[in-house]
Amino acid sequence: MIQAFAFYLFAAIVIASGVMTIGARNPVHSVLWLILAFFNAAGLFLILGAEFIAMLLVIVYVGAVAVLFLFVVMMLDIDFAELRSGIARYWPFASILALILLAEIVFAVMAWNAGTVVAAKASPAAQGVPNIELLGRALYGRYLYIFEAAGLVLLVAMIGAIVLTHRRRSDLRPQNVSHQVRRRPEDAVVNMNPGVGQGVEL
Amino acid sequence: MGESLALTLPEIILTVGAIALMMVAAYGGDRSARAITWIAIAVLIAAAVFVPGIRDAGGVAFDGLFVADSFAAFSKILVYIAAAIGLVAATGWFSRDGDYRAEYPVLILLSSVGMGMMVSAGDLLTLYVGLELQSLSAYVLASFQRTDNRSAEAGLKYFVLGALASGILLYGVSLLYGFTGSTLFGDIAVALGTDGVSAGELFGLVFVLAGIAFKVSAVPFHMWTPDVYEGAPTPVTAFFASAPKVAAIALLTRLAIEGMGPATFEWRQIVIFMALASTILGGVAAIGQPNIKRLLAYSSINNVGFILIGLAAANREGVAAILFYMAVYVVMTLGSFLVVLRMRDEADRPVETIASLSGLSRTRPGLAAAMAMFMFSLAGIPPLFGFWPKFLVFDAAVRADLTWLAAVGIATSAISAYYYLKIIKTMYFDEPAPAYARSHDVPQTVLIAAAALFVSPLGYLAIPLIQPLAANAASALF
Repeated sequence: MIQAFAFYLFAAIVIASGVMTIGARNPVHSVLWLILAFFNAAGLFLILGAEFIAMLLVIVYVGAVAVLFLFVVMMLDIDFAELRSGIARYWPFASILALILLAEIVFAVMAWNAGTVVAAKASPAAQGVPNIELLGRALYGRYLYIFEAAGLVLLVAMIGAIVLTHRRRSDLRPQNVSHQVRRRPEDAVVNMNPGVGQGVEL
Repeated sequence: MGESLALTLPEIILTVGAIALMMVAAYGGDRSARAITWIAIAVLIAAAVFVPGIRDAGGVAFDGLFVADSFAAFSKILVYIAAAIGLVAATGWFSRDGDYRAEYPVLILLSSVGMGMMVSAGDLLTLYVGLELQSLSAYVLASFQRTDNRSAEAGLKYFVLGALASGILLYGVSLLYGFTGSTLFGDIAVALGTDGVSAGELFGLVFVLAGIAFKVSAVPFHMWTPDVYEGAPTPVTAFFASAPKVAAIALLTRLAIEGMGPATFEWRQIVIFMALASTILGGVAAIGQPNIKRLLAYSSINNVGFILIGLAAANREGVAAILFYMAVYVVMTLGSFLVVLRMRDEADRPVETIASLSGLSRTRPGLAAAMAMFMFSLAGIPPLFGFWPKFLVFDAAVRADLTWLAAVGIATSAISAYYYLKIIKTMYFDEPAPAYARSHDVPQTVLIAAAALFVSPLGYLAIPLIQPLAANAASALF
């Protein structure tokens, strides 16, 4: 009973917050709605019994959302001083979202303790084996080849990013410590004796 | 596990080679680029030597995720050779412009790993990851000349459209997985065969075909091809037109025959439509092109159309014809692009207009003769070698009771002959344009000569060599 209720709750909120993500006028609000959507998707995984994927979703997407925030800040023309001045206005909105999240976490744990929903066609998990171990077995056993290839894809992405954006700048003057330490007073200091009324010629 | 790893030996050689060369590039800098290029070519040759499935029976690795049969072996060797020639093409071209960097050969090697995975894919996941590995390297290569706006634009266009195609493909994969319960080609075929093709499976099949059609640039998913081919640096374009195309077509063939065999009736309609649309559009749209790279882009679309006629036949002869066609196509295309690489004005800037080829027969008779051979061969005019694979493809279509398709194919072949002949006319009968700068790049000259020799009527001597290999490779799928 509680699982069914949890499912409809999470699913409805995922959809609603998804709609709000694209509908919100304020990009910061969009991102906040997105976080809510991720948390609820994680809740859906949790009631399926896939607690590892649920945690992964939260952990990975928190990182992704941080990056997304950066993009919002960098790409869009938002006056953050103005936004910050209105922090009192955002306070109720943010606290409502936080409350929803808190309530859901409590609820999800309750639902999880009550047992998992039997989803159709899901591969049967061996009794007593945590699904983090099952995932590990699949990734490093049967799918090792693809897993390694996915690593190569990431390597290509890294090489590509460096190839396309890295450039050697000639106008930089990096610090050379050994050069600085090797410098002697006689290299740097010159005694001059200029005549009266004449400038120093270097 | 050990046996599985042994079957992936070419991929392992390429990966280790790429990573080692990456380290050399990191410490040696761009001064080592030339040396790295030649080492990369050696790595590709080594990988080609150790391809399983040629001398032995090959086998299936990682529970069916990776198939190393004679079909994969044939395609892989073709891909590695094309990639190696793409590297040779790059050596002379970039270094004159001073923006050749050591990462180029590394990216080509990693792309070759992806292409190897594609032709060996026995599972939708392998298919997808291999395709992404190949495409991601290709996006970077397309915008490799980042000081050039056209190159950057080509890379971005390719990336955005490629990501869209990958999304479509992945959606189809998820539908197929959802409705058949497996990602393995063999299991999908069983599921499709037991209770007919359901609507969901049909949707999945269509989306997957659309995604791959983008990668082989078949009409109506060809829009990116002329822009990307024009904007990308010429050696990269030569690479795009050869190796990845072979890999994508091999992948499409294996998926269609092995994975979707019971749904042949369904996918055949799609393939026939794409084949006809590609041959017609590739023939008509190229006529007004003033840029030789755009023209060759349409030429590649056109050729993909003919190859798809072989796939539509869906029989052993058809698959053998596809493989044979690809072997000849790679040589013709790389040969033409090697000639395009030679098109540089007196100030050593690359020229791409067809008008600049005017009167080439008088200024550079050797180059003009080679180009004429490639054009005649691409047009499929006997007695040049390009005629033979076209004949095989049409023959396979006739055997599959698709005589009308073969007839339409022959008619469209005549349309496309027009623009190939126009280039020959420009080279031989027009008033000479300013001559190109002389090049002293010996390896490329040798390659052009070898390619011209291969597509000449002498190429028919190679039929007893290639035909049994192609037939043997095709029988691996049936």
